[in-house]
Amino acid sequence: MTSSRLFPLATTLLIFILAYALCYAQFPNILSTRVIGNLLTDNAFLGIAAVGMTFVILSGGIDLSIGSVIAFTGVFLAVAMGDGGMPPLFAIPLLLVITTLFGAAMGAMIHYLAMPPFIVTLAGMFFARGVAFLISTASVPINVDLYDTLQGLYFRMPGGGRLSFIGMAMLAVFVVGIVIAHFTSFGRNVYAIGGNRQSAELMGVPIARTTILIYALSSFLAGLAGIAFSLYTSAGYSLAAVGVELDAIAAVVIGGTLLTGGFGYVAGTFLGILIMGLIQTYIVFDGTLSSWWTKIVIGLLLFSFIALQRGLVWLSSRRNDAAAAASA
Amino acid sequence: MTIPTTLRRVLPQLVALFVILALNTAIAPGFLDIAYANGRLYGSLIDILNRGAPVALLAIGMTLVIATKGIDLSVGAVMAICGAVAAALITNDHSLAVTLVATIGIGILCGLWNGALVAFLGIQPIIATLILMVAGRGIAQLVTEGVILTFNDPGLIFVGTGSVFGIPFPVILWIVIGIAASLLFRTTALGLLVEAIGINRRASMLAGIGTGALLMAVYAASGFCAAVAGIVAAADIRGADANNAGLWLELDAILAVVVGGNSLMGGRFSIAGSLIGAMIIQSVNTGILLAGFPPEFNLVIKAAIIVVILVVQSPASHTLFAFFRHRPRSEPAAASEPGKEAAQ
Repeated sequence: MTSSRLFPLATTLLIFILAYALCYAQFPNILSTRVIGNLLTDNAFLGIAAVGMTFVILSGGIDLSIGSVIAFTGVFLAVAMGDGGMPPLFAIPLLLVITTLFGAAMGAMIHYLAMPPFIVTLAGMFFARGVAFLISTASVPINVDLYDTLQGLYFRMPGGGRLSFIGMAMLAVFVVGIVIAHFTSFGRNVYAIGGNRQSAELMGVPIARTTILIYALSSFLAGLAGIAFSLYTSAGYSLAAVGVELDAIAAVVIGGTLLTGGFGYVAGTFLGILIMGLIQTYIVFDGTLSSWWTKIVIGLLLFSFIALQRGLVWLSSRRNDAAAAASA
Repeated sequence: MTIPTTLRRVLPQLVALFVILALNTAIAPGFLDIAYANGRLYGSLIDILNRGAPVALLAIGMTLVIATKGIDLSVGAVMAICGAVAAALITNDHSLAVTLVATIGIGILCGLWNGALVAFLGIQPIIATLILMVAGRGIAQLVTEGVILTFNDPGLIFVGTGSVFGIPFPVILWIVIGIAASLLFRTTALGLLVEAIGINRRASMLAGIGTGALLMAVYAASGFCAAVAGIVAAADIRGADANNAGLWLELDAILAVVVGGNSLMGGRFSIAGSLIGAMIIQSVNTGILLAGFPPEFNLVIKAAIIVVILVVQSPASHTLFAFFRHRPRSEPAAASEPGKEAAQ
């Protein structure tokens, strides 16, 4: 059982190593720490958001609002710290409180109205993007000292690669995410709800509180991702990060998390992010391929992983049937 | 008997549409004016019918998919693919007939792919159609080779901007396809079978319904509608824009279906309701522009509409509603039926 549980994660790891080896065979420089540093920096905001998405998908839900929340974050921070004159150390915590409450509100609607997460977070997506539009439709530059300091922070890896602040932030979020998922009661509750909501409820899992917390966590991390994104671009723009939710979902699925919930690893999502980043890096290295191949390859990977998961579910249900028949 | 039931079913939507149109008229006095010039009708009302055409077309297919308890996220991307295919074929000197048939064929093929994933691999519809949603724009980019393919074929442009008897052609398209779909599904048992799948797919399979084939057909219908919408959108701007054609229209189409009073839980549907829903959305968009609000308000207002509908549709408020309704015990149960139906 343990081996079949680890199978999707092992497959992801194998695909990543194989893909990296293939890229290395063609472009030996791809193994340098510079490329790895850029891989982490370029995908930092996506990675942070994908950790939240992992929890949502583990619970059997989906969160379509994260791209909009990232855009809202950028615009809010740019305007609050620019025209609003708020000190960054006040604006950033305020923003995180707003996004967390926003997620909690969506979670409450999902639970108390008993509506599919898909449509509730769709409304959230419209709402967050709409508010971002209302704040400003222009791309607002961010000029604060704190941002300059954070952008200048990096850890020099052997070989000249730079592990930037947002890259480190992403790694830290992944570590915290792994701890929350596997070593806290909240994490166990998330898995329980995703595995079977009804039995979780009968076992005494606080469904309402956990559901609200899951979406609050997802929006909180989307807020963090938005901060990372604004550090990455030094600006806030209401049309930014369109479709990030789809990339995050793709990363989670490629990372081996079951879309029906209850099964998967935060660490798998990290591999999913790296694979998606690697595809982009390869396209840049190659130079002749168009960037839209990224989308097609991600679509193919999505399909193969979903098909793989279906195969595993089918196999295990057949094994259970056989076991039930044997014991009867 | 059937006509009053149908009317009663879409009555809340008609009232909502009427209220919005009345508001629009109050804001802009000339709103209801319709003029006839250059062989075509002009006016805000005609504009709403015309601008709402892509969403209305998508909503027809989406209604059927949602009735089976599914969802089709890929329609926007399929629109982009079909627009790109149509533009590529017509600029390579293929005849209009070949272009249209091939484009619609591609759309149906996309739908069949989604349907196969849902029906035979048993993948949740959201995820199954997500694959094409992600990959579709990449495919469209491959077809257009990364540029906005423009064309000058008068026949193809007619689909988006022409008019027959003064009525814009896209309007005729969505009305005719809507009526055809309603007749096909409501005068035969097909509609019933589709609803049966939405209520309980396993039970309908055990009852002898060919659920696999029917699901394929429903997703293919959605692909067909997306193909027509894609051609209209491309013909409207005389070019195929792989990045922006149909962007976020899947969400508008789902919203139209939900505003049309269809439950996302599947099991019952009204194509007329969805079409009125599409017109409500378009009227709101037009109203926002007429009122002088910046178009940025669109998204916030759409979010508010979804929230209101969710609250109305939610099982929790149904329980509350039924509680207050059945409080006076003397009231006969039959009398409360119409109101309940309208609420759903």
